[in-house]
Amino acid sequence: MSESTVTVTDDNFADTVLSSATPVLVDFWATWCGPCRMVAPVLEEIAAEKAGSLTVAKVDVDANPATARDFQVVSIPTLILFKDGQPVKRIVGAKGKAALLRELADVL
Amino acid sequence: MTDNSPLHDVIVIGSGPAGYTAAIYTARAQLNPLVFEGTAFGGALMTTTEVENYPGFRAGITGPELMDEMREQALHFGADLQMEDVESVSLAGPIKEVVTAGGETHRARAVILAMGAAARYLGIPGEQELLGRGVSSCATCDGFFFKDQDIAVVGGGDSAMEEATFLTRFARSVTLVHRRDEFRASRIMLERARTNDKISFLTNTAVLAVEGDSTVTGLRVRNTLTGEESTLAVTGVFIAIGHDPRSELVRDALDVDPAGYVVVREHSTATSLPGVFAAGDLVDHTYRQAITAAGSGCAAALDAERWLADAHDPGEMIPGEMTGAKS
Repeated sequence: MSESTVTVTDDNFADTVLSSATPVLVDFWATWCGPCRMVAPVLEEIAAEKAGSLTVAKVDVDANPATARDFQVVSIPTLILFKDGQPVKRIVGAKGKAALLRELADVL
Repeated sequence: MTDNSPLHDVIVIGSGPAGYTAAIYTARAQLNPLVFEGTAFGGALMTTTEVENYPGFRAGITGPELMDEMREQALHFGADLQMEDVESVSLAGPIKEVVTAGGETHRARAVILAMGAAARYLGIPGEQELLGRGVSSCATCDGFFFKDQDIAVVGGGDSAMEEATFLTRFARSVTLVHRRDEFRASRIMLERARTNDKISFLTNTAVLAVEGDSTVTGLRVRNTLTGEESTLAVTGVFIAIGHDPRSELVRDALDVDPAGYVVVREHSTATSLPGVFAAGDLVDHTYRQAITAAGSGCAAALDAERWLADAHDPGEMIPGEMTGAKS
């Protein structure tokens, strides 16, 4: 599967996410997190379908602890939707595509 | 409601050891199973660490790796795996219908239910409010965030011992809180936790509330012998008090026991509805092991295969009488 999501680090988080003109859904994940593996393909699909209107970004918390700490992420997967640099929606735990789209519908 | 979607032989709902084993067996039997893996694909093993008791892996294997292997094996034999949640089912007639969260209807002559069980919560103040902010049901996911902190694990079974032991890799201290002073945990898991310097045991202790505003600051507890209340200062709480069967989808359609487990005929995986079979933690309140779930998934596949063959040839059909199981 070709990747539609973008990878974000502690160094470029501000530029890529906080300064983005389009909304960004950030997936906080790690390689050792089983439920993160469950949600990853769903996020790829959403990223492909919503290309242009929504960016889906992935933050590996293992390599980028500062960003996780800044947003008080202590459970993964956590998804945070940023609009105009502000976190507007937080979803904790793996959810299905229909459920995710439903949760995002009211803020997108 | 009927539509002209293709009629499958078998639909499998669920993707733990039971679901994937049913998929492997029905795929090898040329039944072209359609499998709804759902959001929680991989099932309960996706949140475990090392699985040391699954035969064939003498060095152990991690839960997610084991599930990857089973999933690939099902794919290898041609199972059609769909990462979708099922929203509703209609199981009573000869043609079963399964509606996905995306709104699509799929039809089959037989259905194997293997939705497993979901982590149980305490249902106390602060618990859901602080979920993801210090309250967790997945030590392997979230232990990392509690480096050098004091945390608690609630529960007295194998998963509580496993989580407590695992969490000592990160935490400064782990307090295991259990409401009784006897443990359901196996001796090997209990001993492993007991001999770990970082783990202390707080038994005969009920948890009343999770405290904290934006993040967890403590657990309000009561000693069940003296009635004395106190607060345990912790920044993380891992809940490991067991699981409940995920039978919501079918609870009104077929027989379930008072705890919500799907009832199957003795020595079989047949439910109270013809052509509907059930396996794994959805059914099993006794063993609940990866290997027993896989075993019953195999049995469900064989039962479904036989039922489909009999249904093709009415002359050989066995009267669909319920025998044995009395509960």
